[in-house]
Amino acid sequence: MQDLGISVLFKGINMQRLLLGLWAALRISLISVLISIPLGILTGIVMTLRNPVTKVLTRVYLEIVRIMPQMVLLFIVFFGVTRVFGINLPAELSSIIVFSFWGTAEMGDLVRGALISIPKHQYESAAALAMSKAQIYLYIIIPQTLRRLVPLSINLITRMIKTTSLVMMIGVVEVLKVAQQIIEANRKTSPNAAFGIFAVVFLLYFTACWPISLLSRYLEKKWS
Amino acid sequence: MERAEELLKLEHVKKAYDGQEVLKDFSLTVHRGEVIVIVGASGCGKSTLLRCINGLEPIQGGRISLQGQVIDGRAKNIADIRQKIGMVFQSYDLFPHKTIMQNTTLAPIKVQKRIRADAEKEAEELLQRVGILDKKDNYPRQLSGGQKQRAAIVRALMMHPEIMLFDEVTAALDPEMVREVLDTMLELARSGMTMLIVTHEMSFAKAVADRVVFLDDGVTVEEGTPEEFFERPKTERAKRFLHTFEFDSVKK
Amino acid sequence: MDWNVIQEYLPLYKEAAVLTLRIGWIGILFAVILGFICAMIQHYRVPILRQITKVYIELFRNTPLLVQLFFIYFGLPKVGLPVSADVCGAAGLALLGGSYMAETFRSGLEAVETVQMESALSLGMKWFQAMRYVVLPQAISISVPAFTANVIFLLKETSVFSAISLMDLMFTAKDLIGLYYKTTESLFLLVVFYLIILLPVSIAASLIERRLRYAGFGN
Repeated sequence: MQDLGISVLFKGINMQRLLLGLWAALRISLISVLISIPLGILTGIVMTLRNPVTKVLTRVYLEIVRIMPQMVLLFIVFFGVTRVFGINLPAELSSIIVFSFWGTAEMGDLVRGALISIPKHQYESAAALAMSKAQIYLYIIIPQTLRRLVPLSINLITRMIKTTSLVMMIGVVEVLKVAQQIIEANRKTSPNAAFGIFAVVFLLYFTACWPISLLSRYLEKKWS
Repeated sequence: MERAEELLKLEHVKKAYDGQEVLKDFSLTVHRGEVIVIVGASGCGKSTLLRCINGLEPIQGGRISLQGQVIDGRAKNIADIRQKIGMVFQSYDLFPHKTIMQNTTLAPIKVQKRIRADAEKEAEELLQRVGILDKKDNYPRQLSGGQKQRAAIVRALMMHPEIMLFDEVTAALDPEMVREVLDTMLELARSGMTMLIVTHEMSFAKAVADRVVFLDDGVTVEEGTPEEFFERPKTERAKRFLHTFEFDSVKK
Repeated sequence: MDWNVIQEYLPLYKEAAVLTLRIGWIGILFAVILGFICAMIQHYRVPILRQITKVYIELFRNTPLLVQLFFIYFGLPKVGLPVSADVCGAAGLALLGGSYMAETFRSGLEAVETVQMESALSLGMKWFQAMRYVVLPQAISISVPAFTANVIFLLKETSVFSAISLMDLMFTAKDLIGLYYKTTESLFLLVVFYLIILLPVSIAASLIERRLRYAGFGN
């Protein structure tokens, strides 16, 4: 009982390994976010089109993402693609594909929501001031859309980071996996290390997500 | 009016928000059947006064009592006292999830444990009197502002209050709806209801009031009959207040 | 795709789905209770408890369920709190869900204007009567869309239960893929079963939402 894993944490390069594990997870989320944002903006614009075909397609896409757990999508890509196409997708690449697929849909919906929330009279009153179409978008619509969009997309980043913890389930070595390895390696000397190590992992994730949540909330309050 | 029962008594009431004094030393006695109109510039403490009378705001000094019972928002008997005080707020504060009938009968049934059929019958009579009986099964959002405010008055009357408080009930209304609400209040005054009214409608004040209280900066500056106050204001502050008013109406 | 294989696997998936649903609903039920209590504490600014619930909400909203489960399942026994996998799954889901539900209910309560409480009080209602007949019905119906979104989110989150060796749908699928290489069939059944669990909830959610919007009493 006396040792709950704190000594293990400071033994050798264990802390460093945990942080590298966290970075492995964060890297996947950051890449996925960077892919999701531009694709999501495009998807969002497509979602506002009045074309029935794109309407149905984007709707189905969004519903799939909304209903299927990300774990299931991960399994489909990681195991299924290998099976069907005979290519061996690395776990990390599979994760990025799945999270981008998911993130694009979520981002798209946020963009759509932000776009349709701009009242029609904003366009009209800008037009009444003899602004050109480009000017209307540049000075009136886009700034307002961004104010709604930015806090929500920052929030999407924290969701992405939290979701990335799933990648250990398909074998990516990230912070949880590293934690397990450390606990396993020190089983003899510190049998109770699981408590401390997992508590640290818990706090590491919290430290990664909380500031971003706060920023998102701050911006939302400031701009609403 | 002379020697009627003293219904509501405010003695040296002090009220402050975060050290800022809103009511400084306010005293007022309301007799049964009296209609008192409180006027004053925005932010002079009129609305706070009504909220204190209903025990919605704690006071820092003095005493407020209804028929001898002290009003204290934290006291056990506050719910009983509040039943005797009907209050109508500026924003139409009907319960949006209930129909007009349910709005007016909820408290009688749940608080006073009255039989539903009786309560509904009385509500129908009152709704008829204020002219919105046909709206009884509608939700508040389906009513105009003036209709909502009349329903709110009925809701308060259903509790058989001893006194009614009106907090700028026409301030949020479109001009064409002000009249219907004021007419309802005039009729209520004629029926002998004791009323304490905060309003910006000066001509209505003139018509309805037995007594006008001019409140400025947390104290009563002037008090008198409507004739005295509106025709021959004694203090400089009251003159200025009334003048502002006229100036405004000329500008329109 | 081999239909014989599918028929053979079907009972395994059924069993797994029952486990997912059982633990999922218990977790969600407690999440609702926990979230409601926390929301009331937050909204009515109960001293001390308010700070505690705030810390709890922030901690669990900003960490993944998987990490929470690892801590509860592998960490807590080391300090003398052994937790079975079932309880751990339900508790983890309840704690995560409680933090989300708390925010949902709190913003629902905040959306009811204070004058509603005041006018109920001024009619002579007691505080809890005003709460029960006037404030809560409004707060709850305002919370419905976010509430159903939370339920769907939490049901999806159950997909990490296999990490604490609960034999749920993911566990079954992974097992069958690993053991027999029947990848296509296993994945097909996985998708079908998650659809069976989530599609009705999702459809019900949008129906309720639409009804609320049209029958909406809000101004």
